[in-house]
Amino acid sequence: MTEKVIEVEGLVKRYGDRVAVAGIDFGVSPGEIFGILGPNGAGKTTTILMLLGLTEPSEGSVRVCGLDPERDAIGVKRRVGYLPDAVGFYDDLTGRQNLRYTARLNELDPVEAEDRITSLLDEVGLDYAADFLVGTYSRGMRQRLGVADILVKDPDVVILDEPTTAIDPEGVVEILALISRLAHTEGRAVLISSHLLNQVQQVCDRVGIFVEGAIVAQGTPDELAASLSEGSSVYEFVVDATEEQVRTAVNSGLPGLSDKIGVTSIGAGRWRVVLPERDISGVVRALVEAELSVRQIRDLGSNLDEIYRRYFREHEGVSA
Amino acid sequence: MTAVAEPMAVWQRRRPGWVEVARKELADNLLSVRFLILLLILGLVALGTVYGAATALRETAQFTSESGATVFLRLFTVRADPIPFSFMEIVAFLLPVFGIAYGFDSISGERSRGTLPRLVSQPIHRDDVINGKFVAGLTTIGLTLIVVVLIVAGVGIFALGVVPDFSDGFRLFTWLLASYIYVAVWLAMAMLASVAFRSAATSAILTIGIWLALTFFGGLLFTLVANVISPVDAANPISELTNVRTQTSVSRLSPVVLYNETATALLVPEVRTLGFVTMDQIDRAVVSELSFPQSVLLVWPQLVAMVAITVLLFAIAYVKFMRQEVRA
Repeated sequence: MTEKVIEVEGLVKRYGDRVAVAGIDFGVSPGEIFGILGPNGAGKTTTILMLLGLTEPSEGSVRVCGLDPERDAIGVKRRVGYLPDAVGFYDDLTGRQNLRYTARLNELDPVEAEDRITSLLDEVGLDYAADFLVGTYSRGMRQRLGVADILVKDPDVVILDEPTTAIDPEGVVEILALISRLAHTEGRAVLISSHLLNQVQQVCDRVGIFVEGAIVAQGTPDELAASLSEGSSVYEFVVDATEEQVRTAVNSGLPGLSDKIGVTSIGAGRWRVVLPERDISGVVRALVEAELSVRQIRDLGSNLDEIYRRYFREHEGVSA
Repeated sequence: MTAVAEPMAVWQRRRPGWVEVARKELADNLLSVRFLILLLILGLVALGTVYGAATALRETAQFTSESGATVFLRLFTVRADPIPFSFMEIVAFLLPVFGIAYGFDSISGERSRGTLPRLVSQPIHRDDVINGKFVAGLTTIGLTLIVVVLIVAGVGIFALGVVPDFSDGFRLFTWLLASYIYVAVWLAMAMLASVAFRSAATSAILTIGIWLALTFFGGLLFTLVANVISPVDAANPISELTNVRTQTSVSRLSPVVLYNETATALLVPEVRTLGFVTMDQIDRAVVSELSFPQSVLLVWPQLVAMVAITVLLFAIAYVKFMRQEVRA
């Protein structure tokens, strides 16, 4: 087992009577991407601020790189790159100048920092805009500059708060690829918080589902799916057929489970099919036997969205 | 033992975080349009008043003063047509604007641009942000004041043809220092507003409101307060005296009054006392000049009071900022 670089035990944060974080435990290892997923206001940002020593926990313990953020906030902040939700830059400075300021605040050697900044800007695809004022940057460019900004200090731990919010789909793909590289190639521990489950689950090794200040489930997306009595898998089928034909074929492929199967059209002969099992050989056989021309079947993995929605529903059921 | 550089030793801060923040803020300030505008306004107004005063003085100087010692200072205190203010008065009026201009959006600006969370997640202390910004504001203002006063004094010397002596120099320098402290009061107040209010516009309007209220309606306000604390009894003349004394004490809570008293006492050597004087106190007094140390002694309480107000305002802003949530 690799040693965890983020360790959280029994963490609680109260604001007066309101409990923002209600006793959570999790850990993140180097080279791993851990996603804390949940709706807005679930306590994700509060948790992150406690990891950075920017907010004091009411109870529980936090260790980041073996340090206590409450006692040695500076030490923690040297090793942790934090990309806040809606990251901002100084609009009247260029991208390069903004990063230079970060390098200074981190006391990097100016000459080394200069090289590092150039290569980072290159890495995030902003080399052409390095000397433009940030005021002229698009949201996606700012987000990528944000990624470069947190890497200036060469952190062991990277924390990203809602990194994909408010950027276009193409930008999301780029950012996620960057994030994946941070952990899987460069071996950093990455913590992502997001409410956009579909986007983020693709890159997460493990996720924690955050609902009203508590982590109601954590594990790999597949584990989470399996841990549910009705674990579901999601596929995209591209079939030339009517909805009726597809539905009948799929149902006959998994006899007796038709109430747990969902088929929804997503346009142009494409169907989003939710199955209660991972094994789809029966369904494929049924489609072929029905003489439908199957052009493509794509495994969309365990549907975190479904899982998340179910957890959320369960939770609401309890509190109601 | 080959003690390879301990990580902690390497990470000892060579330069405090506030220095880096101040450095960046100072560069921003000096390159900003704000700086240029303020410098131009103060420079032009100062040049206008001093040049006017020099022209007026040249016609009368030789008759009024034998020594020529205080003629130099009159450059700053004489009103000359067509401008209805002396240099001293117009600068006293404008100084708060400088403090407000560099303070009103210092913290709320970082917040609204979304740069605050990024800034405080760097390895610096949180107070480095507010300290650095305060220092940068003070430095910018100090530079502006020194530049303007030096130019104006130079032009004055040239236009008037009178060289200041040491006493004049000390007086002018002390006045500059007092002006600096006065701006610091307003800078601290504006920074407090920028911590307290998320919107830069709210904080600007509030501080400008306080400035205008104290400048124009201060007298009215102090009279009202004094009348409540020690009302005037028509049958008792002593009550009238108490009322006026209360009024003076109350008015000295206002930095505007403190600064005006200080500036007057420093630049007009004939001023022997500040505040209320009875007729028999000045009866048969000989008009003469106070020496420089005596004038400083006269304004010492005012200077200390202004420093105290600055420290108090900044301390409140500091504590409030440290306790605030970082998130946007």
